[in-house]
Amino acid sequence: MNEAAALAGNGLHKRFLIKETGQTVLAVTDVSLEVLPGTLTALVGPDGAGKTTLLRMMAGLMQADQGRLEVLGIDVATDPQAVQDRISYMPQRFGLYEDLSVQENLDLYADLHGVTQEARKERYRRLLHMTNLARFTDRPAGKLSGGMKQKLGLACTLVRAPELLLLDEPTVGVDPLSRVELWEIILQMIHDERLTVLVTTAYLDEAERCARVFVLHEGKLLTSGTPADIRGQANNLCFIAIPPQDQPPRILQARLLDDAESIIDAVPQGGAVRFIRRADAGNTRLDALLDGIEVFPAAASLEDGFMVLLRKRYDAQMETIARDAEAMVTHRPVTGISDEIAIEVKDLVRTFGQFIAVDHVSFSVRRGEIFGLLGPNGAGKTTTFRVLCGLLPASSGFVHVAGVDLRHARAVARRNIGYVSQKFALYGDLSVRENLEFFGSAYGLYGARLYDRIRTVVEQFDLGGRENSPSGQLPGGFKQRLAMAVGLLHEPDILFLDEPTSGTDPLKRREFWRRITALSQVGTTIIITTHFMEEAEYCDRIVIQDAGKLLALGTPQEVRLQAGGKDGKLSMEQAFISIVERARQRENATHAEAAG
Amino acid sequence: MSKERAATRGKHGGGGGFKGFWKRVLSLTRKEIRQLLRDKSNLAIGIGLPIALILIFGYGLSLDVTNAPVAVVLEDPSPMAADVVAGLGLSAYISPVVVSSMHDAERLMLARRVDAIVRVPNDFSRRLAAGDAQVQLLVHGSEASRALIIRGYVNSTIRQWAQRLADRRGRADMVAAGSVTLVERMWFNSANTSTWYLVPGLIVLLMTLVGAFLTAMVMAREWERGTLEALFVSPVRPTEILLAKIVPYFLVGMLGLGMCLVAARFLFQVPMFGSFLIVLGSSMLYMLVALGIGLVISSSVKNQFLASQIALISSFMPALMLSGFLFDLRNVPTVIYLVGQLLPATYFMELIRTLFLAGNVWPLILKNSAILAAYAVLLLGLARFVTRKKLD
Repeated sequence: MNEAAALAGNGLHKRFLIKETGQTVLAVTDVSLEVLPGTLTALVGPDGAGKTTLLRMMAGLMQADQGRLEVLGIDVATDPQAVQDRISYMPQRFGLYEDLSVQENLDLYADLHGVTQEARKERYRRLLHMTNLARFTDRPAGKLSGGMKQKLGLACTLVRAPELLLLDEPTVGVDPLSRVELWEIILQMIHDERLTVLVTTAYLDEAERCARVFVLHEGKLLTSGTPADIRGQANNLCFIAIPPQDQPPRILQARLLDDAESIIDAVPQGGAVRFIRRADAGNTRLDALLDGIEVFPAAASLEDGFMVLLRKRYDAQMETIARDAEAMVTHRPVTGISDEIAIEVKDLVRTFGQFIAVDHVSFSVRRGEIFGLLGPNGAGKTTTFRVLCGLLPASSGFVHVAGVDLRHARAVARRNIGYVSQKFALYGDLSVRENLEFFGSAYGLYGARLYDRIRTVVEQFDLGGRENSPSGQLPGGFKQRLAMAVGLLHEPDILFLDEPTSGTDPLKRREFWRRITALSQVGTTIIITTHFMEEAEYCDRIVIQDAGKLLALGTPQEVRLQAGGKDGKLSMEQAFISIVERARQRENATHAEAAG
Repeated sequence: MSKERAATRGKHGGGGGFKGFWKRVLSLTRKEIRQLLRDKSNLAIGIGLPIALILIFGYGLSLDVTNAPVAVVLEDPSPMAADVVAGLGLSAYISPVVVSSMHDAERLMLARRVDAIVRVPNDFSRRLAAGDAQVQLLVHGSEASRALIIRGYVNSTIRQWAQRLADRRGRADMVAAGSVTLVERMWFNSANTSTWYLVPGLIVLLMTLVGAFLTAMVMAREWERGTLEALFVSPVRPTEILLAKIVPYFLVGMLGLGMCLVAARFLFQVPMFGSFLIVLGSSMLYMLVALGIGLVISSSVKNQFLASQIALISSFMPALMLSGFLFDLRNVPTVIYLVGQLLPATYFMELIRTLFLAGNVWPLILKNSAILAAYAVLLLGLARFVTRKKLD
């Protein structure tokens, strides 16, 4: 072990007891890691990988069941206070005092960390400048937007230069714009003050910036090294394939992904398909798979390397994806996108008092389309979504869903739609079967028809074998499959999905999208919100909303072109940021004109 | 290391030391007071509720009987008979309804139009001269305590009349007016108005409410909103966090006490026979007990809803029902009596009522203050024990 390491953990274990069931959950299993002074280190993994537990152990808020953990040369288990005196920690949910103003929150943390009055002046000026909060010092923290709150949390954590800074998913739940700003602040502070930082994240692209990366999966350390080391796993294996003109890329992507013997991973990207081949894949088989398709080699990314490692360990999972996806389609004929209009929205307005959440939005969705709603936090996409589902009435405008005017017959329209909410909204105490029976009867299914449908969705969503387990205790991926099965019980024409992939690991996201692709092929219309910009690539068309207004509408490629990438080479995230920023500048300019 | 970095880093963030301790407590207390003043629901419970309770218990809820309708049947037409019941009409507690016959009176009684019947029989004057006059009193017993009170009022009115008669006729006729004259008198609540003992009791209720209920909510809120997680990873010690919670809510409790004292003195004219300073001192002691209960609850359950329910059920309700506030503890079953004896509120209730209505009874003051002090030390110590900078 390195003597000079700012943080060194060796063979760490942590178990949690679930009181209700008496089961123990292994949150962290045999993890060893170290952080060198003056470096930026990342702890990467999906939700439930054990990142937060590890960070809490380092901050002295939890004690490891086994193993040794030293922070700044102090054994955290024996003297947590000594560690807490010297480090700074930003929890995932930085509990700002919402009744206190921005300035009062800062003052509190400066007082607690014993920052002198002289040092404060300069520090505040810098932090407020970097976070762009200087104008809002008197505003209560509770009245800030999500991104601003996160920035204030970071500022409170940085009221002094700590000897070690622990950041727990600083960018979780914030939109791409705020994400960029938060990282600018973190990198600036690291550069100016040579801080030692350990950051956790679910975004692999964020880890590219770090000197050292520790990849966690299900509580275990999957790998560690420099980003280049991990990328190296996928060197010379990554390619871009151009799909036929008249086809959305996800069709080719699905075909590639289904051939697990030759392909490790495939995702739609920039109107094409990016895939990783197996090093040991037979060339003839690969050539047959890609017959008549243009293929270029591509540089490996961190996510590619991660996928290669993940597939080495969890090989079986991908094959079930292909099988399940087949099961989805066998029951109904493949129709693809038809010209029939499933959803028509004209001049939709929704206000809450003075606040205009949705401002004259118009679009239409064809049957069998996958339609994505994108936007920063507070852009109005959730409100739009709820109006379409019939959960909120529109203030004005015309909304037709499945051929029914929502103003007059919301109940009728609801019969034709399925809704899967962001949170697990099923009854955790009921078993899988009981949930299916209950929601089936709530949708008006009964008798033989109900049992027939339950049998079908159990098969389609691979729920077999666990029908009698309480749903609340199922693993995350299983829960999500169950939620989708429930949403599709009554064979709706339209399926609404609200942030279905947030916090899930890349494998489960592939699996999810494979099912969605299969569903749309049999004619189900899919409306989806997501904050993973790269997932917009799976959609036939997307809209980008900000401040209630519709900023862009079209295929991912059209939106990219609109964003200004002449050759459409921008990533979806860059395109998104550029469109939203441009619209905001225009808005500010008109305001300035009106004021002047 | 840059100059600024050295300055902001301080001596390991100023972790230990006496100065650091007070600076942090001051800063946290300031934060607590700001939150208290800005959160409308806190203010409503801390200030609005005391005012509402004072008005409800002071005016609305009174255990006294006033203007109870009582049927009066005069079967004896003599002036002496009319004189004996004339006193009833002067009483604020009774409003007599004169009826012509016993039959009518019984009808009113059955219809529950009157609470009692006073019957002066036709041989009243004759027997008065003989020295064994009788007046019949029938009370509707469906509400036992009301019946008891009405009986008492009528009794005393008749006796007062007999007393006056005896005085007028002089010594010679003393025997005729009744050989034994009972002079009733109530001790310690000489006016026998329930306001006099409800208002001091109200102080106990309010302090329990502010101390236990409000404090249970605010600490649990911090756990619930996750504000403690970031706070914990700083030089702050658990004792400092607790101290910063105690100070503002102690002040709110004192404000409630002040309101009660002002209301007692000027609104309800409740006398205070004991020393004001001892009232103040013992209230402070009980406030610490209540704060201890609140902090222990909220640090143990870490959930606002649960904390508020537990605080209500374990401190406010018992203080209302089992401390002797409404029901005399000597008349309850043994089990409930014992439960009452475990409650700190019972000791404070006894103490504050004695101080208000009886005066400085030193043995009681010393005993109950010692018990309260022991409770305060125990509960605050327990609060410190359960408040740990741990999330698992």
